Amino acid sequence: MDQARISVPSTATAGEVIELRALVRHPMETGFRGDSRGRLVPRDIVSRFECLYNDEVVFRADLFPAVAANPFLRFFTRATETGTLEFRWTHQDGETLSEFAEITVT
Amino acid sequence: MTVTDHWRAIPVCLPVCLLVAAALCLVSCQRGGTKSPERVPRTELSADERQSGFAFLTRDTQRLQTDAFENPGYLWVETGRALFSEAPEQGGESCASCHGADGDGLVGAATQYPLWHEGRGTLINLEGRINQCRQEHQALEPLAYESENLLSLTAFVTNLSLGLPMSVDPSPLAMDALARGETYFHTRRGQLDLACSQCHTERWGMQLRGDTISQGHGNGFPTYRLAWQTLGSLHRRFRDCDLGVRAEPYPLGSDTYLALELYLATRAETLPVETPAIRR
Repeated sequence: MDQARISVPSTATAGEVIELRALVRHPMETGFRGDSRGRLVPRDIVSRFECLYNDEVVFRADLFPAVAANPFLRFFTRATETGTLEFRWTHQDGETLSEFAEITVT
Repeated sequence: MTVTDHWRAIPVCLPVCLLVAAALCLVSCQRGGTKSPERVPRTELSADERQSGFAFLTRDTQRLQTDAFENPGYLWVETGRALFSEAPEQGGESCASCHGADGDGLVGAATQYPLWHEGRGTLINLEGRINQCRQEHQALEPLAYESENLLSLTAFVTNLSLGLPMSVDPSPLAMDALARGETYFHTRRGQLDLACSQCHTERWGMQLRGDTISQGHGNGFPTYRLAWQTLGSLHRRFRDCDLGVRAEPYPLGSDTYLALELYLATRAETLPVETPAIRR
């Protein structure tokens, strides 16, 4: 989990509903599959995604083994004030990856 | 099921397996032992019926491909771009120092592969060309076929030709290879005894299980296949098709697959490059 893409509008008017998109590169190994010798491949998934708007969580998702590789999420929030959006992915082992974007609200 | 369960199942399986083997023996004996591969009549797509695999996707999957943000294949293109401009660790020049910062010098290059390499006397595809560059101009080890780095570089360089028509122009020296590729495409193989052409030229547009059969063009490769959940090369796709008809696949990057790639490139002529495409 080291490569992610986010999409945030750079400007918005106060009260406007904005679309946010997030894509992270990850195999999302289910833990139910066997390798060529029949041994189980251990589970390896991104288990949580959060979006923070000026440090307040505005969207959160728990991800499970049935989610496809390279999970893509599209969601909406209301633009309230100028500030920073943080997109944070948390691996099942606790490791996190964050991407940031600035938004100017007029 | 654990490994021990498999062992326990053997006493039950064994008599059944032997019966099946005996039956297969009988069948092959009746047909005169090992039969040689049978070529099916050559069939061709006319220029006006030629369609990219894109046309056989659902509207949602088409949208996923054309949206450069949502298309996960672009993750590999981005990685490829970074590798392209990165100087080798032991020093020396990056790809970008010869080919331009964004690979400007390579726009359209991918449409011409595979091509005949006179020095080696073999066909070479883009993966091979990248490895040749690494060895001859950067003093680097070649990357393994289907490795993440080779896929990323191939995806980046092919993506530079996005939308340009496939325009392979086999040199007279490549005619033998082209003929071998064409023969491969029209030869029955595997336990299902099917030639590529029987599905992809004669029956495209019809249903195979839940899928619509495409014409089998390679203009979107390396491609993000939903079945793979990752990006993969055209040769990996060949291997899957061979396994699908239960034939012994050839090694990735082998002469046989290169010849097939050349034949397919001539067959897909004028179709636009779609890399990184999304396919089922």
